[in-house]
Amino acid sequence: MRLTPELLLKARLRLLRMHYESKVGHIGGNLSCLDILMTVYHEALGSLDQFVLSKGHSAGALYVTLWSLGLLSDADLTSFHKDGTRLSGHPPPRSIPEIPFGTGSLGHGLGLAAGLALGKKLKGEGGRLFCLTSDGEWNEGSNWEALTFIRHHRLNITLIVDLNGLQGFGNTCDIADLRPLAAKFRAFRLETLEVVGHDVPSLAEALGHASQGPLAVVATTKKGHGVSFMEDLFEWHYLPLSSESYRQAVRQVTSLCATHSAVLS
Amino acid sequence: MRNAFCSTLVGFAAKPDFVFLTGDLGFQALEPLREEMGGRFINAGVAEQNMVSVAAGLGKSGLRPWVYSIAPFLYARAFEQIRNDVCLHGIPVVLVGNGGGYGYGVMGGTHHALEDYGVLLSLPSIRAYLPAFDSDVSEIIRHLMETEHPAYLRLGISEQPAWLTPPPFAAWRHLMHGTGPTVAIAGPLAGGILDALHESGISADVWLVSELPIQALPPAFVSNVQRSQYLMVIEEHVRAGSFGQMLAHQLLLAGTAPGRFIHRTALGYVSGRYGSQRFHRAECGLDPASIVNELTGVTVS
Ligand SMILES: [Mg+2]
Repeated sequence: MRLTPELLLKARLRLLRMHYESKVGHIGGNLSCLDILMTVYHEALGSLDQFVLSKGHSAGALYVTLWSLGLLSDADLTSFHKDGTRLSGHPPPRSIPEIPFGTGSLGHGLGLAAGLALGKKLKGEGGRLFCLTSDGEWNEGSNWEALTFIRHHRLNITLIVDLNGLQGFGNTCDIADLRPLAAKFRAFRLETLEVVGHDVPSLAEALGHASQGPLAVVATTKKGHGVSFMEDLFEWHYLPLSSESYRQAVRQVTSLCATHSAVLS
Repeated sequence: MRNAFCSTLVGFAAKPDFVFLTGDLGFQALEPLREEMGGRFINAGVAEQNMVSVAAGLGKSGLRPWVYSIAPFLYARAFEQIRNDVCLHGIPVVLVGNGGGYGYGVMGGTHHALEDYGVLLSLPSIRAYLPAFDSDVSEIIRHLMETEHPAYLRLGISEQPAWLTPPPFAAWRHLMHGTGPTVAIAGPLAGGILDALHESGISADVWLVSELPIQALPPAFVSNVQRSQYLMVIEEHVRAGSFGQMLAHQLLLAGTAPGRFIHRTALGYVSGRYGSQRFHRAECGLDPASIVNELTGVTVS
């Protein structure tokens, strides 16, 4: 595996530092999908493949992932959320070549990925689209339109859901219960895999699953993964880190990585 | 215009980057296009939001997507997709709305497009095209096949008078030269009004506008307004976001506002009753007889 525990730790610490220094929230949903993004970019994406981030509020995790590949600089990350930055709180349209679409309003990414995948199909080009949505995002009707479309046209798209069970103002099951989401995808006749979204080898295997047409990967995650006082608490959808909570988070993430290292090696 | 639209597009069917998406509409109109285009003609189903996002993705991958529906199902239903996915990225997607204004007549208010170009032109980089005659449609299509910006094409029904040979398509066209009031009209209702003015003997100076937003006012139009000091603007669109508002703004900025400014617009559902496009236009004073009546006896300096 190219994605080493050390690289994952480096990315997780950089993400925490970036959010801490920029005094911005959305850290919970970024921690829940960082392993997914790092696995997509370091293990799954081929040269003809493309990625669309539909859960735009995890832009920070995407920026850090691009940084881990040398596609964004340290200075870029330092400018995150500040006046004059290229790195807005949600992925910007146009200004970063590696980010095909600005997103942030939910329920757009899968349709956009469908257009890119259909473009490849019509042009006879190879390659696959990877698209990451949140779970709360499946409240959006446009996602179900897109799901029907990608199955009907058998587009080469791997749809990944960051199933952290939390959304903007509470638990997904208390707001508009979508369970069982994987069964719903199967009912749409999509091949669907279920994995733990922090189990990198399993994730890598699911994302690399050879498949013609659409594939859904439902990745169970923890919002605020790796930081005990954040895990599964929806307020970390919004809260910025204090200096004390930042130091505590760094300690926990570092020790978690030591455990992960043992698992992965 | 739908037939002119379809037959012109059929001529581009072999263009390898041309992709056509419809929101499940086009019965008895678009079948020839579907035949010719094969896999690049996509019925995206009754799912306009997804259709517009898909079009943005197609455009991003270098193809030229055209998206077709009844006008409000496109610009109103999928407004956020048009805003975020298409316009914020400046992707050259062509949005085709059939039934401009009260075009769907007695089908009712859900099908009318009374605020289409107003809302769309509030977005970055998009331009709106309002063909007035069937011959405009093919010229606009040729242009839009090469466009570098998002576009909205508002289709209606041509009312070209038998005696008129329309000048080639342009943003502004001087349809009738006169020494009386200045009249500026947007959209195909210009044909019927022009015919009535021609018949009435009123020496109106009539301009047709077919592309918005206004890029530059033609100097001949401005000097005409300065001469007549009387400008009547006519369009099948509500006042908010209208061509008339844009024009008034431009004239004020240029310091050339006329002494009299009359604006005839869509007014919604005046009596609360429904009818043909002709019925709704008459309720709004957009019918040729009302226009002639307004302009009869107007004296200009
Ligand atoms: Mg969630």
